[in-house]
Amino acid sequence: MTNDILVFAEVREGSFKRINAELVSAASVLVDKLGGVVHIAVLGGAVDGAVEEARSYATGKVYVVKSDVLDSYSTQGFASGLEAVLKECDPAIVLFGATAMGKDLSTRVAARARGSLMTDCTELDVEDGALKAKRPVYSGKAYADVITTKATIKMASLRPNIYPAAQKTGNLADVAEVSLPITLDQIGAMVKEIVVTSAGRKDVTEAEIIVAGGRSLKSEDNFKILEELADVLGASVGASRAAVDAGYAPHSRQVGQTGKVVNPKLYIACGISGAIQHLVGMRTSKVIVAINKDPNAPIFQHANYGIVGDLFEIVPIMTQQFKELLAS
Amino acid sequence: MKIGVLVKNVPDTETKIRLTADKQGIETQGVKYVMNTYDEFAVEEALKIRERLQDGTTVTAITLGPERVVETLRTALAMGADEAIHVDDPAFEGGDSLTNARIIARVVEPMGLDLILGGKQGIDYDAAQTCSALAEALGTAQALIAVELKWSEDNQSLEVRRRIEGGDEIVHVKLPAVISCEKGLNEPRYASLPGIMKAKKKEIKKVDLTGVGLDSAEVGASGSATRVVGYSPLSERPECRILEGEPVEIVKELVRALREDAKVL
Amino acid sequence: MSGRRIAHIRGEKMSAYFDLSEEERLIQQTARDFADSEVAPMAAENDANGQFPRGLVEKLAKLGFMGMLIPEQYGGSNAGNFALVLALEEINRACASTGVTMSVHNSLASSPIVGFANEETKKKYLPKMAKGELLGAYALSEASAGSDAASLQARAVKDGNEYVLNGTKSWITSGAEADLFVVMLRTDPSERAKGISAFAVERDTNGFSVGKKENKLGLRASSTVQLIFEDARVPAENMLGSEGEGFKIAMWTLDGGRIGIGTQAVGIAQACLDASVSYAKEREQFGKLIGEFQAIQWKIADMAMNIEAARLMIYRAARLRDRKEPHTKEAAMAKLFASEMANRAAREAVQIYGGAGYLKDSSVERYFRDVRITEIYEGTSEIHRIVISRFLLKN
Repeated sequence: MTNDILVFAEVREGSFKRINAELVSAASVLVDKLGGVVHIAVLGGAVDGAVEEARSYATGKVYVVKSDVLDSYSTQGFASGLEAVLKECDPAIVLFGATAMGKDLSTRVAARARGSLMTDCTELDVEDGALKAKRPVYSGKAYADVITTKATIKMASLRPNIYPAAQKTGNLADVAEVSLPITLDQIGAMVKEIVVTSAGRKDVTEAEIIVAGGRSLKSEDNFKILEELADVLGASVGASRAAVDAGYAPHSRQVGQTGKVVNPKLYIACGISGAIQHLVGMRTSKVIVAINKDPNAPIFQHANYGIVGDLFEIVPIMTQQFKELLAS
Repeated sequence: MKIGVLVKNVPDTETKIRLTADKQGIETQGVKYVMNTYDEFAVEEALKIRERLQDGTTVTAITLGPERVVETLRTALAMGADEAIHVDDPAFEGGDSLTNARIIARVVEPMGLDLILGGKQGIDYDAAQTCSALAEALGTAQALIAVELKWSEDNQSLEVRRRIEGGDEIVHVKLPAVISCEKGLNEPRYASLPGIMKAKKKEIKKVDLTGVGLDSAEVGASGSATRVVGYSPLSERPECRILEGEPVEIVKELVRALREDAKVL
Repeated sequence: MSGRRIAHIRGEKMSAYFDLSEEERLIQQTARDFADSEVAPMAAENDANGQFPRGLVEKLAKLGFMGMLIPEQYGGSNAGNFALVLALEEINRACASTGVTMSVHNSLASSPIVGFANEETKKKYLPKMAKGELLGAYALSEASAGSDAASLQARAVKDGNEYVLNGTKSWITSGAEADLFVVMLRTDPSERAKGISAFAVERDTNGFSVGKKENKLGLRASSTVQLIFEDARVPAENMLGSEGEGFKIAMWTLDGGRIGIGTQAVGIAQACLDASVSYAKEREQFGKLIGEFQAIQWKIADMAMNIEAARLMIYRAARLRDRKEPHTKEAAMAKLFASEMANRAAREAVQIYGGAGYLKDSSVERYFRDVRITEIYEGTSEIHRIVISRFLLKN
């Protein structure tokens, strides 16, 4: 086992996802203590573009498993590929994004390698050879401090939008090709199709700024007011469960315990009361702005800035002022 | 079809989580324990499949944990599961998800299940590992965070719609498989009175360390490669600054504060 | 229905009367979840519109809540009186009108048929009652026979293998919607209580009609009507028990019904307590939460204490009835105590809410109106005091 860290690069439709740069950034902090380098693994069919990206982030090698079998994501296909990379690379730590793909793959690989796995971490550190992590538990109501206890390979998936994106190294790392041991007929489940549901905007889980609405929006149409503000800010639109249940917004926008957990730098909550089930979905946002008619709304206890007022009045003014600001 | 459903007994989502003074755990006094929210979707889906097939399909609920988890098995039985398995042994204490999944795999393997359903994650630990690790241990296909299942004519394979960032993935899955369930998959039924009364007569099989056929060093805290060393509360946000004045003035001040004070724009 | 849960309360030890078995816990939790998700949201609207919750009754039936005292061989769940109490408290907490509908159907209609009808009558009605296809009601009172029930006058005269019914019944709960009525009529005018017999009467009987709905202070989503019999004919097999046993049957039935109404009072009082606690933690005056003022704290403490006491008395009466042990005194005490404390609780809840509690918008306004009848029907408080004292003063 080396002192290196391997980052699994998530590639979707040939695109090198932003989370990968965040993983490299986290890995860099760790290898400073371990004294190793950061490798990146890229798996898939049409991965050449992603490989080039990866080469400008890795301080070690870029391990590539390129195969038609991996054209579409499959747990067993990618697990087999990554397993082969691990044999070549022999890292101490493997990092994944706590994304749909990352969570799907990381557990399979960790189980196969008989290693350890800590999911959805917000902080990572090494201490005396052990990997330490801080991760949200109880639906985000507390953090657990977890540590690895064995000398086996250590894996972790990192919550998106916490670590900054790493800078490119300025060099191009070497590429090591690894062949895929598994064949198509050995794979039991494979992605057939991807259906895009959010119209063009980033998914809330990847957004840096979110404008969210509650039941006070009163209609699906009224969400346009929020969309206008979101457009000006380059933000995504979120919704509380009450708004989704009332049919004002699709479930893909739902933020909260039974929706998505988000971590933007700015969360603007419009007409959202701030029930605990919503809070646990956005509580770790860097800055929270709350707009609500009710001065007693619980959201004000969890916001940085509060406006007691009518969102229908306030939000358009915000849109106007931000427009002017960006124009200047 | 033989269907297994993994269920977990966890603190209710409404519970106010309070850490113990030594930050080593949460206060359990007065805490309501319930069936994990996401597992309800798994139980319901299994029952729906059985109802659709009408071919002698069985649904077995399985849980690993101390005595209090039996209530969750009873709930699954009351909802309509045919039988239940309680996997428990003092040696399992302190086991992490990967370790516990290996234990469950031992229990489940000889059963020859065609399909195993579970919730996407336990709302206590939120690790989201059990289903995937179980699939790995059994060497079967997996599909996680399912919001819709579309079965083939022969019921030997299915298309799973699962949630990803910005959309859904349609995954083609061949049985045997482990599938984790997400909200929106179905509407879990209430445990009806007849169901509750029938559940009294249904069997809950107990399986301990010997039954699982593992060594005590392979399970529990000694078998696990991770350990929780403590808990910390969420950091307090500074007190909310309520902006006052005329709407236009308020927004002006907000914009300024976001740019210059908070530096998020 | 998302977010529902089945809960296990840890760390509480109670004696044999009061411990819940696993099944009872599950029954309570199903009722609680159903009450919160489906009954409570409709309560205010149904009260405002005087709208009978037919859809809810169907759902209750599907979950088995309309056959709790019916044996399994007739399609019921045979869950028993204690389980019925657990379920009724939750339903009444959400909506007392729905609660009384369920209570009357189980305790006053299905129960005497189970206890006293012949086999054919049981087979004819019980399975459908369990499924909720037949909604049950109970008719004892008349305009001139309230507390003095034994003075009832509506007549049943034997004619061949039928009885001919004539007269009027008053104050009949669920009368406008019910399909099957357990009716007490006089078969022998020369006797008083011993001249009364009980019958199961189908709605669809010639000569049987239902009067207009009364305009009540509370329980406005539950119908209260007169029943009118004009040479209505029922088959003799529809008699419950034998001629002259009707009053005994009625009283035995009311012992169970009383436990149900006591439970209703506890449920409404619990709703008052929940509302009061919530308001005390929200409302601020004089710079602090009103829950920090002793006056409010004392009101809430008293409310909680009285609910606890009433609930335990109800539990005991229900357990005794399930064990087929004597329980008339316990049922009377429980119903009396519960109804009186619940009325105090509702009064205090309105007081805690202040002006807001006086508005139709607030739920405590409805609780205040609904709970009033609990001191009157199924035996007035005055009657219960007499019943109880008789046990102590009789030689």
